[in-house]
Amino acid sequence: MAAVNILETKGLTKIYGGLRANTDIDFSLRRNAITALIGPNGAGKSTFVGMVSGRTPPTNGSVCFEGRDISHLPTHKRMQLGMAYTFQITSIFPGLTVEDNVALAAGRRLAHDKLAHAEKTGAVLRKIGLEDRAGQVASDLSYGHQRVLEIAMGLTQDPKLFILDEPTQGLAEGEVDAFVTLMRSMAEETTILLIEHNMRVVAETADHVAVLDQGRLLASGTFDEIHANAAVQAAYLGTPANV
Amino acid sequence: MLVSRSIALHVGTLLVLVALFFVLPAYHVGAFSRIMVLAIYAIGFNLLFGYTGLLSLGHAMFFAAGMYGFGLSMNFGGLTVPLALGVGVIAAGLLALAVGLLALRTIGVAFMIVTLMFAQTFYLVILYFGEYTRGDEGFIIQQAQRNLAGFDLTTETARYFAAFTLFAICFLAMARLVQSPFGKRLVAIRENEERARMLGYDVGRLKLAALVVSGLFSGVAGAAYAMLFGYVGASFAAVHYSIFPLLWVLLGGAGTTIGPLIGVIFMFYLIDISSSFTNAYMLVAGVALVLLTLFAPQGIAGTIRKRTLSWLP
Repeated sequence: MAAVNILETKGLTKIYGGLRANTDIDFSLRRNAITALIGPNGAGKSTFVGMVSGRTPPTNGSVCFEGRDISHLPTHKRMQLGMAYTFQITSIFPGLTVEDNVALAAGRRLAHDKLAHAEKTGAVLRKIGLEDRAGQVASDLSYGHQRVLEIAMGLTQDPKLFILDEPTQGLAEGEVDAFVTLMRSMAEETTILLIEHNMRVVAETADHVAVLDQGRLLASGTFDEIHANAAVQAAYLGTPANV
Repeated sequence: MLVSRSIALHVGTLLVLVALFFVLPAYHVGAFSRIMVLAIYAIGFNLLFGYTGLLSLGHAMFFAAGMYGFGLSMNFGGLTVPLALGVGVIAAGLLALAVGLLALRTIGVAFMIVTLMFAQTFYLVILYFGEYTRGDEGFIIQQAQRNLAGFDLTTETARYFAAFTLFAICFLAMARLVQSPFGKRLVAIRENEERARMLGYDVGRLKLAALVVSGLFSGVAGAAYAMLFGYVGASFAAVHYSIFPLLWVLLGGAGTTIGPLIGVIFMFYLIDISSSFTNAYMLVAGVALVLLTLFAPQGIAGTIRKRTLSWLP
């Protein structure tokens, strides 16, 4: 039986010059669940997932993925082990068609098998509802569709761990609802680490919430536990003044 | 449908080139032999620049490596033409591998400068070993030696069809390559390197492979040039031979399979025709370049693709 935790970090630390962006983070991520990572701006959330995915080299500490120490692996090798990542700022192949974008995401594993490759690409396009726009150049899509496309590219890889860095940022209300539905359906097959500012999305999707503040792991638990946590409230809203 | 149109375009282009031999006057037949060889060089450059998005300013070293690999191995090693051709191509490929391992640690402007420096070093090395390379003066490959499978390559017909055969192989191979998964991954790097890496592609390795293939094509062109025109000289390693392929590809259309050929033809005849009117022919060429850059920034084939033929490979 696979271990309960898909990802574990120990003492993960990142220091930029004199700034401690992340300090000694011991974090574990439960398999087949949605875990939200929240915290005020500048809390170190992006730095943390950067170190998990390999984009940011840590100053100290280790990352274990599926029981294996991956601290020394470059980014692309970590992705090959079954991670996928969507950027905070939409990152697609702007000059290529929607279909080519998805095909590239599927191609790493399936390019040798033309039929399976085309099938996978088609299936993902249908699933996310971009089938009609398959031939459109990605940069011509609306912002919302570009975000969906990026998520589709992650999905196409059938990741074991899907890291979503502020996926609903800049989306309209209706698009956020569609996204919540999509994420729930994804959670059946994969583990999701979600960085999110929109508390409604966190409340509606996350099985588990972890809070970062000033580079430290402040608290973790269910949404209700976190909601009631005094330290978290203080971090977000400030401590009441002593009058 | 798309595939058949693409095949029609490539085969059609080759048929036109065959037909040109029979309809063009002798001078232009000679010109087209040269154009096809230089177009191979442009095709190689285009893989790196047009498809992968890496701008090298030192490609002359790969062209010259092919040229000197061919010329020196014939003159000093006494190799036959096909073997010498192989030596030239392999020399260029190995040089590209070595340069790539170092230069690809840099990106953007730094990559341009590092490749430029390597090419200058290569040029100076050629001059330094003047005893063998005859430096700027260069050396001639004797007419009697330039014989491929019984064909005397110094005749206009043999030269044209030797150039055509090599061009056809390179042209079709590149058309195929850029449609392959490998080619698509290179385009992905051009479009968004970070995204390609986050999809799990080994970007460093792909770039190195692109540079080596690009160097191999440039080496084919350099060796073919020496083989068909019988001259090997250091001027082909100088900086302007690194700039030419950039101009050809920009004019013809970066990231299109037909663009390099169009660019070389355009540039060749631009200079050819304007120099028959005035000594200031580079001024005419310069103005034409500025106009094209202003009004067709994606080059001739690139603009056609954008305006009407979106399927253009």
